[in-house]
Amino acid sequence: MKKVTLAAMSAIMISSAVPAAAELVFPLLSYRTGAYAPNGIPIADGFTDYLTLINERDGGIGGEKIKILECETAYNTEKGVECYESTKGEGSLVYWPLSTGITYQLIPKVTADNIPLHTMGYGRTSAANGKIFSHVFNFPGTYWDAASIITKHMMDVEGGSLKGKKIALVHHNSAYGKEPIRTFEVLAEKHGFEFITLPVDHPGQEQKSTWLQVRKEKPDFVTMWGWGVMNQVAIKEAASIRFPMDRFIGVWWSSNEGDVLPAGDKASGYKAIALHNTGTDFEIYKDLDKHVISKGLAAGAGDHVGEVLYNRGFMQAALLVEAARNAQKIHGTSNITPAMMRDGMESLKIDQARWAEMGLANYAPDINVTCENHGGPGIGFIQQWDYGTKKWNIVSDFIAADRSVVDPLIVADSAAYAAENNISERCN
Amino acid sequence: MFLLDPFFWEVVISGLLAGVMYALVALGFVLIFKASGIFNFAQGVLALFAALTLVGFQTGQVPFAHLLEAVLGIHYSHWGEGMSTVIALILSLCVMIGLAWLVVKVVLKPLVNQEGIILFMATIGLAFVLEGVGDLMWGANVKRLDVGLPEGPSDLLLDYTGMFIEKLEISAAVVAIILVILLMLFSQYTKMGRALRAVADDHQAALSVGISLETIWWVVWSISGLVALVAGVMWGAKSGVQFSLSLIALKALPVLMLGGFTSIPGAIIGGLMIGVGEKVFEFYIGPMIGGATENWFAYMLALVFLLFRPQGLFGEKIIERV
Amino acid sequence: MIYREAGQFKVSYQEDQETFPIRFDKVAFWLSIFIVAAVIPFFVNDYWEKSVFLPFFIYSIAAIGLNILTGYCGQVSLGTGGFMAVGAYTSYKLMTSFPGLDMFIVIVGSGLMTAAVGMLFGIPSLRIKGFYLAVATLAAQFFLVWLFNKWEWTYNYSATGQITAPQRDFLGIVVTGAYSKPWATYLFCFAFLFVFAWLARNLVRGHIGRSWMAIRDMDIAAEIIGVNPLKAKLSAFAISSFYIGIAGGLYFSVWLGAAEPTEAFSIDKSFDVLFMIIIGGLGSMIGSIIGAAFIVLLPVFFKTTLVGILGWPTDIAEFSQIILIGSLIIFFLIKEPHGIAALWRTLKEKLRLWPFPY
Repeated sequence: MKKVTLAAMSAIMISSAVPAAAELVFPLLSYRTGAYAPNGIPIADGFTDYLTLINERDGGIGGEKIKILECETAYNTEKGVECYESTKGEGSLVYWPLSTGITYQLIPKVTADNIPLHTMGYGRTSAANGKIFSHVFNFPGTYWDAASIITKHMMDVEGGSLKGKKIALVHHNSAYGKEPIRTFEVLAEKHGFEFITLPVDHPGQEQKSTWLQVRKEKPDFVTMWGWGVMNQVAIKEAASIRFPMDRFIGVWWSSNEGDVLPAGDKASGYKAIALHNTGTDFEIYKDLDKHVISKGLAAGAGDHVGEVLYNRGFMQAALLVEAARNAQKIHGTSNITPAMMRDGMESLKIDQARWAEMGLANYAPDINVTCENHGGPGIGFIQQWDYGTKKWNIVSDFIAADRSVVDPLIVADSAAYAAENNISERCN
Repeated sequence: MFLLDPFFWEVVISGLLAGVMYALVALGFVLIFKASGIFNFAQGVLALFAALTLVGFQTGQVPFAHLLEAVLGIHYSHWGEGMSTVIALILSLCVMIGLAWLVVKVVLKPLVNQEGIILFMATIGLAFVLEGVGDLMWGANVKRLDVGLPEGPSDLLLDYTGMFIEKLEISAAVVAIILVILLMLFSQYTKMGRALRAVADDHQAALSVGISLETIWWVVWSISGLVALVAGVMWGAKSGVQFSLSLIALKALPVLMLGGFTSIPGAIIGGLMIGVGEKVFEFYIGPMIGGATENWFAYMLALVFLLFRPQGLFGEKIIERV
Repeated sequence: MIYREAGQFKVSYQEDQETFPIRFDKVAFWLSIFIVAAVIPFFVNDYWEKSVFLPFFIYSIAAIGLNILTGYCGQVSLGTGGFMAVGAYTSYKLMTSFPGLDMFIVIVGSGLMTAAVGMLFGIPSLRIKGFYLAVATLAAQFFLVWLFNKWEWTYNYSATGQITAPQRDFLGIVVTGAYSKPWATYLFCFAFLFVFAWLARNLVRGHIGRSWMAIRDMDIAAEIIGVNPLKAKLSAFAISSFYIGIAGGLYFSVWLGAAEPTEAFSIDKSFDVLFMIIIGGLGSMIGSIIGAAFIVLLPVFFKTTLVGILGWPTDIAEFSQIILIGSLIIFFLIKEPHGIAALWRTLKEKLRLWPFPY
């Protein structure tokens, strides 16, 4: 039994290990199944559609066609490892695993294999310190930036000061959800507010006691680090205890249409921090219609175009394509390797003029990655849900994170990692 | 004094209501265990499948749309506007009955007379198959389920007591009570019900007086399909219908352990006790030790009870002979 | 034709108790061990190491551990995930607190720690029996995962609670961290599997194994003939947890290199390992290994076939794979309810008589 399986597998491995022609390989570790599929599908669709568009409209990047290697992880770390190992030999340029657990596993591996890893707004926050983490990037923003930006927005709402206020964090009880706690604690000390945490276990269908706790503690603001079904239930419970929705602010992973729709019109007013603009009101979506959707090339069922998480995948692809272009420019060759891709990411600069050129004017803040700073600008804005129009509206300007709070935390945490793993600083 | 704490009673009441929701899931397990000695691992997935089917009928989705598109290149995701809730409910129930028939024919019949753990494993296989088929048929997106149940806090209770009690959960409790009464009446006063109880008492004796095991199993699996549908609707209305719905089975486990696998009242009272216990503990002790205690506290509570009554609260007394 | 033998010619007790009574089997076994231990290491690459062999070896160890408890001693356990977490976190603490410690000692240490914890949660088994006992192990499962998520000391006060394995070695050969060579980790895990499978095989046919089986078959009767249930049950819990702890340590430090309690050691893990031993065969060593192969390798095999060769969309492939595995489980149970190991035994019996089955 065992031998037969292995023999068959080896036959398969040999036949599939034929090296591909000169193509730019973008692996896509997606999850279209399992408990987090509703979140994973739009992101994977957005990513795929953008790359299809580049292939169809421009004939690839710098004349090189893009090949997507999709691999299903089901948000499971073991499958993530399998996906990484099975795709890395095929010339994969850059990984973005879309899971905190898989990210932590890949951080040492990609460094050893010399392949860049881009965790856009998730993963290990202290990887923003490029001096320690040579192959990991998490621009344009990290959870600690998000914590700081959310706090700043609360201050704006309160008219400048949070002194004596109370803020509750409802979080997914996992590495992902626990990430911002330390930053909030420092912020609480700095701004003089009281901070409480309310963990919710996976999957999070039953949150009665969490929201009773909210009613008892009467926080002035609730912020949320949720994922999957937890988002929908939390928003529904908040509406059901009549918590003022405009004082309930989620992180960018708690901000999809699917999260707010089940709660109906009572979710109107719910806010979330945004990494990028919402909707489809951008030049590039016209091209997308023409070159991809009308030709029937759209990924998946094609029913997520313009959703927040779809746009997230779209932006992910846009950043990686720009980084690949940058790498081609630096190294003067169109057929780049993962190592060149890393260089391209490390010196990536996208200003508003370039965003506009890409057909994405006002889509996202300026991106500026350097050798020391892999975390990008750390800028976000606030979006608010309106059930009437079924739309997220941007309700704030760009807000920058409080660097005086976030940076020392990043330095401390990355130093601990460097000490544990004997890494010496680069970029000096 | 904590009895005067305005929150205490609210915690207790919401614990009771949550307990009803747990009991609703546990009920499906108990029915099947009683009639056939099978611990049905697929109960959670059954609830998911039922809810997916209901939403699919309601919104007029084409089953296997994604598969058809990938294989044949046809893009039909909807066949129309959908149908009214009542018709969709009836049709979903028919699907569940058909499914029960299939399960009995394909899985259970060949495994007659096997040990409990083997049958348990077979239901795991069934859970895998159903999970795959359900997602393949209806897609993995979150779907909003609206069967016209009232939602939001009850204003009446809010005005008089200051408590936020979700209307949806009150209706769930009402539905659960009606369901249990119907089940009791069915098993007490109908011929089929008596046959059911006979099978639960003694398989062989029941066979010898001419009761068809296969028919009984079909009926039992259909009934627990109905219970799964009700549980799926209640939980689905809370969180939207999606894969996570199948994980509610985990919430029913401590309830079963506490109430005993063979007792319907046990499932109800076990559910209520777990619901109240975990909520009170999480609310008062939770914050001191970091919160998110509900999962393990339910089992600890069940464990403490079991140490005193090893057969569950309402389980049959175990008499051991050599 | 493969098996040519007739009659019973065993003259000593030792011969009668042999693990491989047929010469052909013995040769085949040692030959395959030779191939696995001395040939494959020269060819193994990252992919085969990380996605096929390590998971297979590690889950085999865990399955053997659970089989000792559930298959041989009859105590149903759903706490495997939690116990693996104890192993993983112990190895993490040992690795970071004593950087010079050899990996072998680290892994065995994780096993010992887990054995102690397992024994503690085994105490209710003296009173609660059957399916109801699952509640004690489930309490262990959820409580331990919660504990490792909350108790900051266990993850060295890092911001997230995620633990990462630093680079450590076994007799000077690097076996953890990203720079370990595939053959090194492969052989390291294989050695653990081989040694402890051998040990387990000999344990279960010795005095202690027989007392477990007596308890499994009927505990009151066993008690009457002089088996001490306290000793038998707790030793089963301890030894089973020892194996699971070793599997947990290897799982975290050698295979994945990073873990967080809620995802890596969730209740799904407990179910997976239980599936392995039921599919493979309760109370069978080879069954544990076949079961691990079934649950670990089959999905990888189907995925490679459906996505890699047939080019199906990943989600349809994943759903089809779940359906296929589910149907295979049902199919095997209908064909042979006592697991694939029993199927194998029947096949062997048939082969011994073939082609003259009279």
